[in-house]
Amino acid sequence: MRFAVIVFPGSNCDTDLFRAIEEVLCEEVDYVSHHETNLENYDAVLLPGGFSYGDYLRSGAIASFSNIMPAIIDFAESGKPILGICNGFQVLLESGLLPGAMKRNEHLKFICQTTPLIVENNETAFTNQYRLQERINLPIAHAEGNYECDEGTLADLEKNHQVVFRYADNPNGSKGDIAGIVNERGNVLGMMPHPERAVEQLLGNDDGYKLFQSILVHWREQHAVTS
Amino acid sequence: MVKVKVFVTLKEGVLDPQGKAVEQALDARGFRGVSEMRVGKYMEFYMDHEAAGDQEIQNMCEQLLANPVIEDYRYETEEVVSK
Repeated sequence: MRFAVIVFPGSNCDTDLFRAIEEVLCEEVDYVSHHETNLENYDAVLLPGGFSYGDYLRSGAIASFSNIMPAIIDFAESGKPILGICNGFQVLLESGLLPGAMKRNEHLKFICQTTPLIVENNETAFTNQYRLQERINLPIAHAEGNYECDEGTLADLEKNHQVVFRYADNPNGSKGDIAGIVNERGNVLGMMPHPERAVEQLLGNDDGYKLFQSILVHWREQHAVTS
Repeated sequence: MVKVKVFVTLKEGVLDPQGKAVEQALDARGFRGVSEMRVGKYMEFYMDHEAAGDQEIQNMCEQLLANPVIEDYRYETEEVVSK
C-alpha cells in the first residue's frame, strides 16, 4: 500500500506521519508537496498537523486553496481514504470535505497533553481494529480544536454515526465532545488528536497504531475482493 | 480605485471564547455595563473600480475572507483617488 503525506509550508507533523507509515506500519510512503497536482499513484492521503501558512486568516484556510487541493477532492470523491490530523482536520473543514469549523479552545489556551478518547464507530476504514466504545489515549496539541457546527449538522453526524472519536473529558469545548468525524461516505476522517505520535511503546503509547493498521486492513480487504 | 473594508465576526449565537475573555478583563479593570463582546477581524484593500462589484466582494468574503459556517461579514466601499 502506498501513502502520500502532503506537505504544506508550515506543516510540522509530516515527519512523524512518514515515520509511522515507513518504520512502524512498514508500508510505502512519499512526501507530496502542496505544489503537486496528481495523487494517482497513491492508495491513501495523509494531511499532517502543524501550522500551514502560519495559520494566517484561519487555520487551514490558505492551504485549502493550494495546488494539490483539487487532486485531494478528486481522491475523496473516488472513495479512497483521506486522514487529516489536527491542522489536517482544519484543512478538511475549510475545504468543505468535512462539515463544521474550528474555534479557539474554550479557555483560549494551547493544550498539549494526552487525552482519553472513546471510539464511537469501529466500522470505518480507520477504526476497524478498535473495539466499539474502546477507551484509548492519544496526545492532543492545539489552540483551535473547539469543534463548531449548527444543530442540524450535529444531528446528522450523530444519526449517520459520523462521530468516530469523542473526548471522554472534553478539553476544549468541542460541540458534542467531538474529537474526530468522518464524511457521510466514511472515507474522509478528520481528527484533532495525534495517532502518529503514539504508534509504539518506545514513544510511551501505541494506542494510535491500530488506526494506521485499520487503513491497511481495509485496503487489503478491498483488494482481495477485486483481485 | 475603491477602498474595501471587510469586518468579520463570529456569528450571533456562536459562543466567542475571545470575546468573553476580553469582556471579563474589562469588568476586572472596573469597566461596567459591557455585554456581548465579539472579537473579530478587520481587513482593508483596494480594488480597481471595474472589479469592485458587490457580487465580486461577496464571493471573496464567502469563499475565503470569512468562513460562513461560523462567521458573519459585512463590508463598506469607498471611492478613492488613484494612488
